[in-house]
Amino acid sequence: MSEEKYIPKSKIGQWFDSRLPLLSLMHHLRDYPTPKNLNYWWTFGAILTFCLIAQIITGLVLAMHYVAHADLAFESVEHIMRNVNYGWLIRYFHANGSSMFFLAVYIHIFRALFYGSYKSPREMIWILGMLIYILMMATAFMGYVLPWGQMSFWAATVITNLFSAIPFIGESIVTWLWGGYSVDSPMLTRFYSLHYLLPFLIFALVILHIWALHIPGNNNPVGIDIKQPSKDTVPFSPYIAVKDLYALIIFLIITAGFVFFAPNILSHPDNYIKANPLVTPTHIVPEWYLLPFYAILRAVPSKLGGVIVMFASLFILMFLPWLDTSKVRSAVFKPLSKLFFWVLVIDVVILGYIGANPPEGLYLLIGRVATIYYFLHFILVLPVLGYKEKTIPLPISISDPVLGGQPNISTTRSREDIKEKQHD
Amino acid sequence: MINKLKIFFVILIFLFSSGLKASEKKTPFIDTNWNFKGIFGKFDRGELRRGYQVYSEVCSGCHSISQLSYRNLYEKGGPEFSIENVKQIAASFDVLDGPNSDGEMFTRPGRLPDKFVDPYPNIESAIAANGGAYPPDMSVLAKARKDGPAYIYSLLQGYVEPPKGYELDEGVYYNKYMDGNQIKMPNVLFDDLVEYEDGTKATTEQMAKDVSNFLMWAAEPNLEERHKLGFRVILYLIILALLVYFSMNRLWSRIESKK
Ligand code: HEC
Ligand code: HEM
Repeated sequence: MSEEKYIPKSKIGQWFDSRLPLLSLMHHLRDYPTPKNLNYWWTFGAILTFCLIAQIITGLVLAMHYVAHADLAFESVEHIMRNVNYGWLIRYFHANGSSMFFLAVYIHIFRALFYGSYKSPREMIWILGMLIYILMMATAFMGYVLPWGQMSFWAATVITNLFSAIPFIGESIVTWLWGGYSVDSPMLTRFYSLHYLLPFLIFALVILHIWALHIPGNNNPVGIDIKQPSKDTVPFSPYIAVKDLYALIIFLIITAGFVFFAPNILSHPDNYIKANPLVTPTHIVPEWYLLPFYAILRAVPSKLGGVIVMFASLFILMFLPWLDTSKVRSAVFKPLSKLFFWVLVIDVVILGYIGANPPEGLYLLIGRVATIYYFLHFILVLPVLGYKEKTIPLPISISDPVLGGQPNISTTRSREDIKEKQHD
Repeated sequence: MINKLKIFFVILIFLFSSGLKASEKKTPFIDTNWNFKGIFGKFDRGELRRGYQVYSEVCSGCHSISQLSYRNLYEKGGPEFSIENVKQIAASFDVLDGPNSDGEMFTRPGRLPDKFVDPYPNIESAIAANGGAYPPDMSVLAKARKDGPAYIYSLLQGYVEPPKGYELDEGVYYNKYMDGNQIKMPNVLFDDLVEYEDGTKATTEQMAKDVSNFLMWAAEPNLEERHKLGFRVILYLIILALLVYFSMNRLWSRIESKK
């Protein structure tokens, strides 16, 4: 960072800071130079941080009353809903909060895709983000199992059974996961233990994620490198902080709408039926935010193949910084990339829709086409676009688009590799 | 080129989505208006009280509702019977308690904090007494079906003659709204089956509606408090959002003008 070294004013402050530079850290966080042209898509990082903390706090209270046992879990959740002071509020906030968390993370990820935030020098931020995302999915899945309703039970059965696809040792792994020969209390207690642990691992990763962010600084809608600090940046506090707060309040209003007026709309009614190993629900579906991956899993005719392709669909994202060969970050200057970005968004939405429906007939066909397209986007479309696409000229500094409107050719900066590709 | 691509994608999506339209068709539930719906939705006390009567006189013979306590019947947001009334209701049930100091189990009259007494000692006996089908516990039944209250309301009125040539097993009844149209619960509601204390005419439709409301309350006893609190929270957040918005604009105007 190109900030000046901070020295606390008071003697005590200096004594403290030279031994543990917490004050310097606070100072850095406050003055952290942020591009002034960030739009509201950039507020989701702060929103996500809030979501994580909210999930941990509500989860902590739930854990004080929840009983992780196959015979008691379902009743203990109802006990929370009825007899614990504001237990209904805490549970509904935790349940809907996780949906909102995922909504935010999807926006956050697609923001990075659109503006090329994963590209050099921010690969590390991106990879840490993907790790966070994978842990989030694991956490949410295990959380969904805890109320021990029908969907909890059967989702856990289906997902843990996937491991049996591993050749030779698969069956033993499943027995090991279950802690027995069927999905029952032993598995519930270990899921509970992990569901409690993972958010703190996520927390640690978030710290690294933000640390990695503060090395190169934020990307911005224009996607060009900026000098920090400079006339293109503002200090994080108060400018960005207030903007994040405003966005957070709007986000909270939407969350409150769900929590208070439609608390069960995002979950499956079957989860209000206590788990019953003898009755299989007609359609076993995961929560909405896992549906695209569920569709990919079932698009492949073989079980092992499905598992591999599903994990591949996640891990391919890790390689995104190297799959995307374009020299220009922001899709604002890449009309074709922009189009294909939206096609990818639609493709993922279609996958989600397919995941909610039985894998047969036309659904299956569409699921397969959409799965293939998903991979094509990353291994074909992105690399080729990077080489072939003619980009629109970039402005020299973000002050131009912010203050002057349209970027124009006379202000284009003269980096050779970019210039080569420009036309008009 | 880009426009052609766009058109191509739109057509593709259109083709796919039109193929999906022909999905399963289900009988739509009978329409009625529910007082508890909407932002200011509240239960109608009369409906809840009558609903409790239908539940206790009809359904409770087979269905448990084990998450409710007798005290819930006088608490705010529910049927709000008087405390004395509820004490009497509780006392009319025998509750298994114990062991006492001699190591014996004993029964005693119910008290306010007791849970509703189950009609059967265990699930197996409930299944045995009902032709092999378990009458589901009603504590959260209204949330355990899609569009629960409307479903229960319709189900209770959905006993019709099966179509010609339809084979029904012994002890199974035909119902328009049940999944697969076969249900092991007999038609239990008939006009004037109960005599409402408030003088309302006990038509099948009325009883079905009252008991559906009661079951919604049983599943969601905090619904009224939730709606009330939710309205205040959102109002507060909107005001806060406006305040923050205006101070943000003021703050940022310094930046924009500093060319
Ligand atoms: C004679 C015993 C009996 C009585 C009385 C009774 N039920 Fe049932 N009920 C059953 C049985 C048995 C089932 C299970 C049916 C099945 O699974 O086929 C059932 C199932 C149900 C279901 C669930 C249907 C589904 O979707 O699975 C509802 C809702 C229901 N009853 C409502 C009521 C209401 C409301 C009343 C009171 C007005 C009532 N029942 C009275 C025996 C009874
Ligand atoms: C617990 C979940 C997460 C939290 C709390 C979190 C938090 C943050 C914060 C505070 C920022 C800075 C503000 C911003 O740019 O929006 C940020 C940036 C970023 N995040 Fe996350 N994040 C999370 C998950 C993820 C995930 C799953 C990904 C994608 C794989 C991701 C990718 C990124 C990227 C690429 C940036 C840099 C964007 C830029 O330079 O402006 N994050 N994150």
